[in-house]
Amino acid sequence: MPAQPKILLLDDDQDFLDLYREMLSQHLPSMPEVRAANSGGRALSLLESEQFNILIVDLNLPKMDGLQVVTIARRKYPQLRLVVLTGIRDEQFRTRAYALGVDQYWIKPETDQEMGLFMESIDSLINREAQAGFRGVQSKSLVDIIQLECLSQSSCMLKIINGATEGKIYIQSGEVIDAEVPGVNGEPAFQRILSWKTGSFETLPADLTRVRTIFSSYQGLLLNSAQAIDEAASLDQVATAENGAAPAGAPAVGNVASMLTEVSQMEGVEFVLALGVEKNRSQNFWGLENPKPMVEFTRQTLDNFRALGERLQVGELQQITGTGPQRKVAVAPCGNSELCIGFPPALSAEQMRDSFKNILTKWAS
Amino acid sequence: MGFLSRFFKPADTGLIHLPAGSFTMDRDGKIMTSTLPQSFPSEHLRAIGDQVLASFRSAKKAQMPLAEIVIQYSALKLLARELRGGAIVFLSPQSLNQKLNPKLKKSP
Repeated sequence: MPAQPKILLLDDDQDFLDLYREMLSQHLPSMPEVRAANSGGRALSLLESEQFNILIVDLNLPKMDGLQVVTIARRKYPQLRLVVLTGIRDEQFRTRAYALGVDQYWIKPETDQEMGLFMESIDSLINREAQAGFRGVQSKSLVDIIQLECLSQSSCMLKIINGATEGKIYIQSGEVIDAEVPGVNGEPAFQRILSWKTGSFETLPADLTRVRTIFSSYQGLLLNSAQAIDEAASLDQVATAENGAAPAGAPAVGNVASMLTEVSQMEGVEFVLALGVEKNRSQNFWGLENPKPMVEFTRQTLDNFRALGERLQVGELQQITGTGPQRKVAVAPCGNSELCIGFPPALSAEQMRDSFKNILTKWAS
Repeated sequence: MGFLSRFFKPADTGLIHLPAGSFTMDRDGKIMTSTLPQSFPSEHLRAIGDQVLASFRSAKKAQMPLAEIVIQYSALKLLARELRGGAIVFLSPQSLNQKLNPKLKKSP
């Protein structure tokens, strides 16, 4: 990133651009360089040719609207901070903007106080960028983050998101006091979260009413978790070497094989299909005699609805569930896999949702 | 409605508000009825309908006929029910308030 922070302003109102360019470049302590664009196309070509820290975008633009710009910018420039600054007071657009990955959503300030808050928030975004240098945990492991929080004796809640799964680690006065993933609490939940290799995190205010369930020191906790993860990995390798093949003849290896077995033993699961995405086009399955039609259904359905979601600008496709006379089915992207799970038709929608959520949590772990 | 909309065109903006409502279509993907506002582009309706019908057909091909499909996005939920080869599709935009406080959905 350049030493002097750079902000790109996108709005179709020239007066607004002039005013905000002056405000941001002269009144922010970091004295950023502010560039302006009056159309989505112009903004994207500027992003292509120069590196920016923050893009401030209006939603109501002619031709290419703000949500379209946000969609493209988030996909092409994941490190870019995105701020929506609009006059539209509509809860739905706020939801959709956050679903598309914006960092902040602002209604155009109308008072000095609101303007002050907006300027402060932009300044804090610039400072966070300069100090931390990472978004989520892309360049730091989760262990680094926990150590930093504990060493600085802080009290906070770390919310970690891994695919469709969400975990929470509660830290009070530099000690890890509790952890939580759906269905699991305490140290096992902490170990499960630590086994996640990728994701994003958010630091939230501490929950002071949280009951302590973890009493080990954070160093001991991290050591135990590292040991547990190592043991699990070596067990997987041994199992693969001994068995040679995955369940039901699937060409799975290591973790996928053991996960298939684990998921297949969960209550109500009739079949499991796990598909690799992008370069890894592997197909692992359990409980299917001929997986080919189900593979086609899963890939086609997810691809089609992902494309539809992008067209409608409604954020990430989370899951698809289907109900039929013969069986129920749930499909979802999960990390580097696409999962399709079959359930019996007698299972209630709520039971299927809970069961599928547990499966996604296990798989993401 | 059609007559009036010739005179009162929506503002020249690409920003589309996602409506709540439903529409039905026949087995060929033709939109039969709709409770959605006319400001919602018919191309979007057709795109949703096409994908829904394709999914029902794909499921049938996989020996797993489906009567209902629910597609959950971060900001929209689509519920589609099969109707003799066609379908009825319900659109329910999701809001942050609902997500943060699911009890809000149940309140009258």
